[in-house]
This record gives sequence, structure tokens and C-alpha cells, in this order.
Amino acid sequence: MTSLAEREAIEAGGMVATSAGRKRRFGRLDIWIWGFLTPTVVLYGLYTVYPIIASYWYSFVEWNGFEADKEFVGLRNYQEVLADPLFWNTFKITVLFMVATVPIKVISTLFVAILLNSPKMPFRGLFRTAFFLPVVTTTAIVGVVMQFVFDPASGPVNLLLMKLGLVDEGINFLGSSSTALWTVVGVYVWKWFGITLIYWLAALQTIPDELYEAARIDGASPWGLMRWITMPLLKPFTIIITLLTLESTLKIFDLMLTMTNGGPYYSTEVVEIYIYRWAFAATVPQLGFASAAAVIFGLFVCFVGLFQLLGIRAARKAWSVT
Amino acid sequence: MTVVSETSLSAGSRRSARRNRWRPAAILRRLPWWIAAAVLAGGAFLWVYPFLWMVSASLKDPLEIFASGLQLIPDSLIWENYQRAWTDARFGQYLANTVIVTVATVVLVVVRCAMAGYVLGRYGFRGKKIVMGVLVATLFVPTGYTIIPVVDISNKLGLLNSLTGMIIALAGGPHVAGILLYAGYFRGLPKELEEAAVMDGAGFLSVFFRVMLPLANPVTATVTLLTFMATWNAFFLPLVFTFSRPDLRTLSVGMLAFVGEDSIDWSGMAAAAVISLLPIVALFIFLQRYFVEGIAGAVKS
Repeated sequence: MTSLAEREAIEAGGMVATSAGRKRRFGRLDIWIWGFLTPTVVLYGLYTVYPIIASYWYSFVEWNGFEADKEFVGLRNYQEVLADPLFWNTFKITVLFMVATVPIKVISTLFVAILLNSPKMPFRGLFRTAFFLPVVTTTAIVGVVMQFVFDPASGPVNLLLMKLGLVDEGINFLGSSSTALWTVVGVYVWKWFGITLIYWLAALQTIPDELYEAARIDGASPWGLMRWITMPLLKPFTIIITLLTLESTLKIFDLMLTMTNGGPYYSTEVVEIYIYRWAFAATVPQLGFASAAAVIFGLFVCFVGLFQLLGIRAARKAWSVT
Repeated sequence: MTVVSETSLSAGSRRSARRNRWRPAAILRRLPWWIAAAVLAGGAFLWVYPFLWMVSASLKDPLEIFASGLQLIPDSLIWENYQRAWTDARFGQYLANTVIVTVATVVLVVVRCAMAGYVLGRYGFRGKKIVMGVLVATLFVPTGYTIIPVVDISNKLGLLNSLTGMIIALAGGPHVAGILLYAGYFRGLPKELEEAAVMDGAGFLSVFFRVMLPLANPVTATVTLLTFMATWNAFFLPLVFTFSRPDLRTLSVGMLAFVGEDSIDWSGMAAAAVISLLPIVALFIFLQRYFVEGIAGAVKS
């Protein structure tokens, strides 16, 4: 026998059951539903949603330490942040990092993915494992190890360059402001290469083999296959993969802090390190000021995310047409 | 032509293709692939080289690192480096902290994502659109944005400077992808499953635990792995949670502190790095398929 509440559960099960405007009492099922949502609502609400909102309030106060009192100062923090050339510098570096990293990563991984996708390629599995290996490793640990790898005196990179006779004395890759950012760009591409590679491989696997075979029977050359089948079918994925890569370059705190700590002379200071410096590394923490910087950064990320959603929507539309 | 003869034909040609593989013409045809393989092998070596260098340095005598240059094989294996990293640099302690934090966070995240994903994927209820909207809107929130209020609220709750606080804060982070993966999977399961279970007298809880959750094992594997990776590698939050409690540091934070205090001990640093990376690399080697599938899923959906 089924009880009334259970029958209600059957009716409500599935997406179709609740049509718009249908009113239902807050029943036993709703208690279960909200009970199941409670852990997420509490944890996520407290540690992700609340902080997003609270940042706005904090950005309007003068607040020197977590134990200290907050004093309302209006828009002063924003005025100070926007007047700080170092803040604009962090944005310049964040954008520069993005512009340098994204094309290199997206294009080079596409080439490797096309090679690895072919069944004729020997040792594909082994190569894929090797390229993916850095992705799983802890970024902060890798960052510290890289300090040593790029050491000007005894690091293996400089030893190799000297042995090949390319340089006379070691280059201080991370210690000079002209090379530090590019070194981190290189390490970043190395570290996250595998993830974009896997995206491309997943995209390539959506193209059915029959298409290639039919074209081959019609006498298409390998280049023709690439030009007329692979490239057009990859188009929607290109947008998604580019945007995912773009978004991930915003999260470089771990690597930057451990490799360069934002230096030398702020030449690698990205927004998150700027926030960290004012909130946690300063002798007198400026939490209100840092919050204002965080809010502006949040809006920037939001903007990138919106761009991303629009891009994905456009890609979906293009996909459904073909 | 019948299907049978077609398959036997293709099998025959495949067999002859295998025989032809080592004839000069076939080798010539395969040459471009071997050249590409050689190029990729060079790239792959570059990709694993830092790890080889790290393992090599961790087994060398501290002086040998500077003297031997690019030689990867140590003269003699110095296991003492590991002992120094484990005890003196306290990486044994850091490893224990990381394991505790990771395991607890993964359990919390998987449970909360499965529960939320289940009701969001299978039930219609008032407020569902709002919940989904908030989740999707916060999909890409960076830690740097939320860190100040997170520390503030943990401080007020008395949870700062404790592993419990770190675990709760990490579990409350943006693990939206897990919820969406579960929701998508549960939505696709046929309605009859539930109905049959309800007929047998199962309530809400037992439908979830006895019928639905076991069916979602592939999703659970993916979410577990992705959360494990994110938590094991977490840095920003553990860093600010352990400023005044060095004994609670996780491996990633401990590593930074170690080179800050002792930047000359290269072999100790390398040994510490190997200790930190070995568990996650071993896990990757054994469960490679799931790692790759979990990440590829992001693009396909």
C-alpha cells in the first residue's frame, strides 16, 4: 500500500510534475528536499555566498585587522585603490599574462591533440600520461621546486644553457623584472598543458570515424581532412576551450606566490597577490582597502564569466545548426 | 555482398596489413608518424624532467647537487635527506595534516553534492530556480575574492587556526561542478526506478541510499577524484589558516615555509617535494582513466 505522502512523492518525482503556477502545500516531501539541501545551503552559504556579499560591506570600512573595529568611510577605499598605480599594474599584469598564455596553450595543445588522436601514432597513451602528469601535482610545491630549477647559479636550466654555450653566466630568470613574468608564463603553460590537451582530445573524439573514411574514399588528402572535416567540426569547441583556458588563467595565485612572491619590484604581482599583500602580509593589515580591491577583481571575474556564458551560448547555437 | 563476407574480407586485409607492416614501403609511409613521435618524445621528456630532477636531487648528497651538474643519477643514494625532511622539517606532520584535511573534506563535499544534486536533478520545488541560479552564478568565484570574509567568519566562530575550521571552510568552497554532475546524472535516470522502490514501501531516504546513490557510482568516483585533487593541492586557504599555528600546516604551505627558512638545503627541499607529490602522483597513475574522464566531462557537457 502506498500512503498519500508517498504518492505525492511519485507525482512530484521528475521534472515535469511541477508546472508553473501550480500551488502545493509545504508537505513532507518539501521537508526532505530542503533537508537534503541544508548541508549545501549552510556550508556554501556561509563560505561562498556570504563572503561575496560581505566583501561589499567590508569595502566601505576602515578596518586594520580581524580583531579591530570597523569604521565606515564610504567610498574612500575605492578612491584609494583606484588612485594606486600598483593596483592598475596588477590588472596590466593579469591581462598580459592572459594574452600571452591563452593563445600559446590553446594552439600548441591542439597540435599535440591531433597527433595523439590518430591511431597511427605510436606510444599515444604514454605521451598523454607524460603531458598530463604536471596537472595533478600540487601547484605550490611545483612553484617552489621551480625556484630551484631556474636558479641562476646551480639550476638545471642555466647549467644546460651554459653547457650549450648559449650564455656565459646564469640568467636570473626569476630575479629580474624583465624575465620573471615570462618564466612564470612558461611554467604555467607546462603545468596546465595537459588539461587543455584532454579538452581537445575529448572534442576530437566527438567526430565520427565514418566521416574521415568517407572522405578518404573520395580521395581527400590528410590536409584536406583537416581543412574540411576536423577544423569546421571543432569550431564550437574552440570557443569553449578558449574561454575555459582564459578563465583558469585568473587563478595563478599559488604559482605566482611560490615562484616570485609578486616580485621583483611588483613585476609579477597579480590581483590576488595584491589583495593578499594588503590583507595578510602587511604589518598593519588594510582589510577594507583589500576588500575594495577584491570587489573590483570580483566584478572583473564576473565580466569574464558573462563573456564566457555568452560565448558558450553562441557556440551551442552554432553547434546545433551544423 | 553479405555482411559475413564483408567482415571476413576486412579481417583478411587487416591480417595482410600486419604482414606488410615491416616492408620498406610501409615503413616509409609510417615515417612521418615516427618523426612526430620523436618530436613528442622530446616534449614528453621536457614535461617529466622537473620531476626526474627533483627525485634525483632528493637522493644526492647536498654538495653533489652543486658539483655534479646535469647528471641525473646520484653517486650513492642518500636516504638521509628524506629523514631530514620527514622529521626536522616536519613533513611527516604536514603529510598527516594534509591527509586528515583531504579525507574529511572529500567526504563532506561528496555527501553534500550528492544530496543537493539528487533533489535538484529529480524534484521540482519552489525556490529551485533561485538555488540553481545562485550556484551557476558563483561557479567561478576565485579564492582571493572571498578569503577576507572567510577568515573573518572563521575567526568569529572560533574556527580559525584549527584543522576543523580549515576542513569546513574548504568543504564550503565552490564545488558547484560536483552538484551539477550529480544533478545531471540523477535527472537522466528513469522514473520507474523510484516508482518500483516506492511500491516496495521504500521511503525518501531509502530510495536515495539504496537505489539512487549506488547507481551514481561513476559520478561519485569523478567527484571524489576532482575534490581530492582540489583539496590536496589547496594553498591559499591553508596558508592563511595556519599563520599562527605552524604545526597545522599542510604540505603545500609547509613547502613554502621550508624554503623561506632554509634555502640552502636543496636535497632536503627535493625530498620534501617528493614526499608531498608522491601520493597524488601514485593515485593518478593507478586511476588515470578516471582523472582524464572527469576533466573531459567538463567540455562535453
